[in-house]
This record gives sequence, structure tokens and C-alpha cells, in this order.
Amino acid sequence: MAKLAPIAGAIVVGLLLLPNAGQAATDDVAALRAELEALKTDYTSRVQALETRIKQLESAVATAQLAQPGAAPAPPAFPQPSPVAPSGKSSNATAFNPAISMILTGNYASLSQDPATYRVAGFIPPPSGEGPGDRSFNLDESELTVASNVDPYFFGNVTAAIQGGNSIDIEEAYFKTLALNNGFTIKGGRFFSGTGYLNEIHSHNWDFVDQPLVYQVFLGGQLAQDGAQIRWLAPADYFIELGAEAGSGRSFPGTQRNSNSLASDALFAHLGGDAGDSTSWRLGVSWLDARSTDRAYDDVDQLGAPVTNAFTGTSRTWIADGTLKWAPHGDPTYHQFKLQGEYLHRTESGRLAFDVTGRNLAGDYDSSQSGWYLQAVYGFMQRWRAGLRYDSMQSRTPSIGLVQLGLLPSAAFPSLASASPERTTMMIDWSLSEFSRLRAQYAWDDARATERDRQLMLQYIFAMGAHGAHKF
Amino acid sequence: MGKHIRTLLALATLALCAGALPAQAALRVLATTPDWAALVTELGGDKVNVYTATSAFQDVHRVDAKPSLVARARTADLVVATGADLEIGWMPVLLQDSGNTKIQPGSPGYFEAAPLVHLLEVPSAVDRSMGDIHPLGNPHVTLDPHNIAIIAKALAARLVLIDSTNAAYYAARGEDFDKRWQQATVGWEARAAPLKGVGVVVIHRDQAYLCSWLGMKELASIEPKPGVPPSAGYLVELVTKLAATPPKMILRNAYNDPRAAEWLSERIHAPVVLLPYSVGGTPEAKDLFGLFDDTINRLLAALK
Repeated sequence: MAKLAPIAGAIVVGLLLLPNAGQAATDDVAALRAELEALKTDYTSRVQALETRIKQLESAVATAQLAQPGAAPAPPAFPQPSPVAPSGKSSNATAFNPAISMILTGNYASLSQDPATYRVAGFIPPPSGEGPGDRSFNLDESELTVASNVDPYFFGNVTAAIQGGNSIDIEEAYFKTLALNNGFTIKGGRFFSGTGYLNEIHSHNWDFVDQPLVYQVFLGGQLAQDGAQIRWLAPADYFIELGAEAGSGRSFPGTQRNSNSLASDALFAHLGGDAGDSTSWRLGVSWLDARSTDRAYDDVDQLGAPVTNAFTGTSRTWIADGTLKWAPHGDPTYHQFKLQGEYLHRTESGRLAFDVTGRNLAGDYDSSQSGWYLQAVYGFMQRWRAGLRYDSMQSRTPSIGLVQLGLLPSAAFPSLASASPERTTMMIDWSLSEFSRLRAQYAWDDARATERDRQLMLQYIFAMGAHGAHKF
Repeated sequence: MGKHIRTLLALATLALCAGALPAQAALRVLATTPDWAALVTELGGDKVNVYTATSAFQDVHRVDAKPSLVARARTADLVVATGADLEIGWMPVLLQDSGNTKIQPGSPGYFEAAPLVHLLEVPSAVDRSMGDIHPLGNPHVTLDPHNIAIIAKALAARLVLIDSTNAAYYAARGEDFDKRWQQATVGWEARAAPLKGVGVVVIHRDQAYLCSWLGMKELASIEPKPGVPPSAGYLVELVTKLAATPPKMILRNAYNDPRAAEWLSERIHAPVVLLPYSVGGTPEAKDLFGLFDDTINRLLAALK
């Protein structure tokens, strides 16, 4: 707990800075006066503009009448929306409605192996987020986002994923400060962690149907923190951002714990900039420290009987990420290229309990595992993109106390046998507009210890409602 | 673990102190387009340090909220944007991630040009089936010099407001610009008289203000709906439709794909005129005056 005090301190200090927004009250009078002056100028200019318009219109009408005496003005060649602003707004009850958007996603999957037996070999599996999903037609999540400024000081955002199985997940529900200055922003609530590059990106903006293997295995797909985050952007021409997070650890690789302390801490640093007018880039390093208690997973023992094992201890993950985007003069309409890669290294140390509902033996556990992916997406013509991704993971052999002491054979932990899973994925997508995308993806998945899984997926993504702005 | 966080906090504190030091050499301005950058330079001279988020070769609808732009937003004293939702796909990210209260909407450091002028083509109803339309009206307001005159006045007033120590400087430059601009506008209008009533085909609806200013008639647009590229079938239909009222020219911006325009040009025997659209779009369009000079030169040349 003591080591978390600095984070809590930073957040409190940040929140205390908020009232400073109002401190400038004395300056406000001057500012108001000046603003009134500016308004006056604005209105004078608007009146002038209107006068000019009227004159122009009058002369245009006069010319038209001169040109075709008696003839009615020709209808425009294609429908012109009325240039007059709608003025009949009578009620303002809905004027403050937040921005609402809904994303529809679904897919068709053809998998050569039974998805129920999917497991990335060599790793303790996450409770969810692993594997290609079900066969045949699937309704993926329908993502509902409601976002708005709360007041001059806070922005609020809720993203709820309505799952095909009729459950609702709160993906994100956070507030973000607007009135801190000096490059600081604080986010609180539930939010996707700022660690890594892909972690903060919502599924409808992924360049492939699924997450890289290393994200599935190390972060359960995507790490959402219940907690607080502070970010600081350096006053520099380059993009230099530092961030720290403290969370409850409820999301994998941590677990919900009956404890007042925080169990998921993260630090990250980002550096970014441009190389010429066509290329931009971002590099990042992140560190995540998560603690878990009885993080259970299903396995079989040396005789093939199902058992439940559980890990209690600390999980530390380092992430290095790099992203490069290219488009001619920065305009991605016709051609664009995106290269993106991340390397994750995780060490877990603590106790591993075997067959918690039966024999219930426990011993030390230490692992040092890593994984990476590299992907490239190329927009080869307007509306069309093609992509290639390669995934690779190295499980190595973890040190299991129960095995070393001779209490159990290493075959009692088949999921943890050393393995080097890999996968190669190709995708092509077609975006009829900014708001719709159809995608086909084919993967050769060698993540299982046994046979290769050949996965064909067809996916649709439709965005309705408010036009959300996207991060880099 | 505690050590890491302590190091980070120490770093952050250090940097905060560094950030608090006044680096006030000139007013730092982030302009969303080269036109606004050129206008700020006209009005602010050497008292402003202007950074342009986009070039004339970019479609301002499709810009990434790239790290360099977030960094510029962080240190900006003033953001000059078009508004009317033109920058909606990226500006909100810059503003939110900047950690800079000076440039938040509603603050003197956030300036939008489009709301100051009379917007054309305000739709009475909107639906995404109509393409990527702008509910607030056509935001491509720069190609009417009367709009520039209005926006320049308001922008000069804004510079005075933000940087009061140089108020007299901005006011004087604003007046000088206005005088030169009014004079130039008279010249352009006189030279462009032959363009009145000339029928043209556009690609996107971003020449609406130019056409309305010069009295040119937009007979058709190559995009069937805003932001929707034309299909072969639509282009064939366009050829038939335009046979009755043949346009004199097809207007294309520096950032547009020339292929559809060229295809149409061959069939309807009207030249494609490349227009700078923005400052920097052609070598001649070095500043705002050059932009209008060159636009009119190119239109007149195509008329011959």
C-alpha cells in the first residue's frame, strides 16, 4: 500500500490543481471585456458579409432577369440544399444530448479445428480473450458509446459492449479532466490501459479481426483498468508523453482481490514525431505490474483427468511498441501504409496450486516468457487495404516447485510444456465509406501444441451515429 | 516498484518546472490549413510562430491525429480552425490530449472561421445515406475573398485579445491587410468578369464558394455524394446528363485523384483545370494573394 501512496498523491495534487481554473477570476473581467469587443467585431463583420451577400444576390437576380426576360429561373442541375440555416428551433431540451454512436460487428468463421479446444501452448491461459471464437455466423459485440463534456472541467465517456450472447460488458466508463493545464490529464473509472500501442484501440479499429496472440495470452485480449491514470505531455515539438496508472487489478493478468490495496500499476512513455510530410511514427515502452490471488485455469493432469490449477503472485510485463504510418503528403485517401510491431516480455513469480478442488498441492512458480507480433497494412487503392501479420511466442520452461521437489511429474502441467506458438494472418478489407468496412481474413494458426488451425473469417463493421475522432 | 514511480514523479516535477519557464518568444499558433496559416502570418508578422497541421495536398477531412500534432497543440497559444465539423475526425483528439486549457473550445485561444461567414448548402435534414455531408453547411469557405476579409477582421481582433502587448502591431497589420485585400478583390472581380455564368463540373463540393463568388454554375459534381467516389456507371450517366448543358471546364484540386476528371474530360471535351485550392497547392499560390491570383489566372486560361 505504501508504495502506492505516490500515485494517489499525484492524483490528489492533480485534482487540487483543478480549482486553479477559477483562480483567474480577476483576469476574467478583462478577458470578458476583450471578448465582448471581439464579439462586436464579429457581428460587424457578419452584418457586412450579409450586406455583401444581399448586394450580390440582388445583382445576380437582376442579371438573370436581364438575360432571360420573363423566363423563370432554371432549376439547378442537381439538388442544392437550402443555403438558409434552419431557424425553427423551438425546444432546447435535447440540445445537450451527448454524442451517441453504435458499432455493429459480426463475422462468419470457418475453422479447421474445434475452437472449444483452442489453447496457446506453453502458457497459463487467460480466463477469456483467447482463441478465434465460435464457428459459422457470429454476432460480435455491438458497441454503444455515449460521450460528452460533463462541465468545463470533465469529459465523460461510456462504452458498453452488448455481446452476441446477450450479456453487456462495460468496456470503458471513464471521466477525463479538461481543465488541468501544463500538459496534464487525469482519467478515472474503467478505461483501456495506456500500456502498449494496440491496447487502447477499440476492436472496430483493429486492422485484423482478432488481437495478436501475445495480447490474447498476456493481457486477455485487452487490459481494462478500474482505477486512475495520469498523463503528462511535455512542452516540446516532439511528442513526449509519460503516464502512470493504478488499478484494482480485476482484469487479467491480475485478479479481483479482497484487499484495499491497488494491484495493477503501470508506467508508460511515448515518443513520436514526423519524418517529412508523408511519414509519422510513435515509439513506446510500458511496464505493468499486476498481482493476482487464486487466478484459476483449467488443465488436465498427467492421466488426462480435468483439474483446476491456480496462480497467486506477481506478474510483471515489459512492452516495447513501434508504429509507423505513411501516406503521400499525409493524405491516406488513395494510398497508405502502416507498420506496427510490439514485443512483450512477462515474468511471473509466486505460488502455483495444483488441483485446487482435489489434491490441492502448492509450490513455487517462476516463468519468463515473451511474444511479439509485426504487422503491415497497405492501402493499395481508394477504399481497399491489404494486411499481413506474423505472431510469435516463446514460453520457455517455467520453474515449477512441485515438479522440482518431485511431488508431481512435469506431465501434470501439460499446458506449461515449453512451446513456440506462431501464426501468420492475411487480411483484405473494403471500406465503402468512412463508416462501413467489410473484411476477409485467413490465418495459419500454429498456436496449439498439436495441429495447425486454418481460420477463414469474414467480418462486417458498421458505425452509426456520432463521428468519433480516432487516435493515431 | 515504488522506485519506478518515484523516479517518474521526480521526472514529471522537473519537467513541470521546465515547462513553467516562459518560452514566450512569439505567439504559438496551430493552424489547421495552410490558408489559415497564411492569414495568421499576414496579420501576425514576426510576432507569431505558425505551424500548419495540413498541406494543400491533403484532404482536410482525412487527417490523422498524429503525435506531432498533439505535441503542437500542447504548446499552442492559439488554434485557428475552419470549424463547421471539417476537422471533426481529428481536432477533438488534439484538444483533449493536449492538456492545454488555452485552446479549448470557448476559450480565446480557440478560433473557428466558418461560423463567422454565411455558410452555403446548409442541409435542412441530414442522414448518412446522403454521404459525408456537413450538418452545419459547406465548410470550404476560403475561396471567396469576402469571407477572408470577414475572417481576417475577427482573427486580428482575436490576436489583439490574446497578445495584448502587441495589440497595436496586430491592429495596424490588420488594417493594412484589409486595405490591400479589398483592393485586390476589386481587381480579381474585374478580371474574373468573363467567368460569370460559365458552367463547370467539380469533384467534391469544395468549390461552392468560388463558384458562388464568381457566378460560375456548378453543373455537376464527380462525387455522386460528398465523400463517395464515383462508380463507372455514375460517370457514364454524367456524360449523358452533361450532353445537354456542356460545361466549359472541370475543376480539380491539388489533392484530388485526377483519373475520374480526366476520363470525363475526354468524353465531354472540356479541359480539367488544376486549381491550387489552398495556399501551396501550386507553386504560384505562395500566399493568400497568390492563391486568388493563380486561381483566376488558371480559370481564365481555360476559358480561352
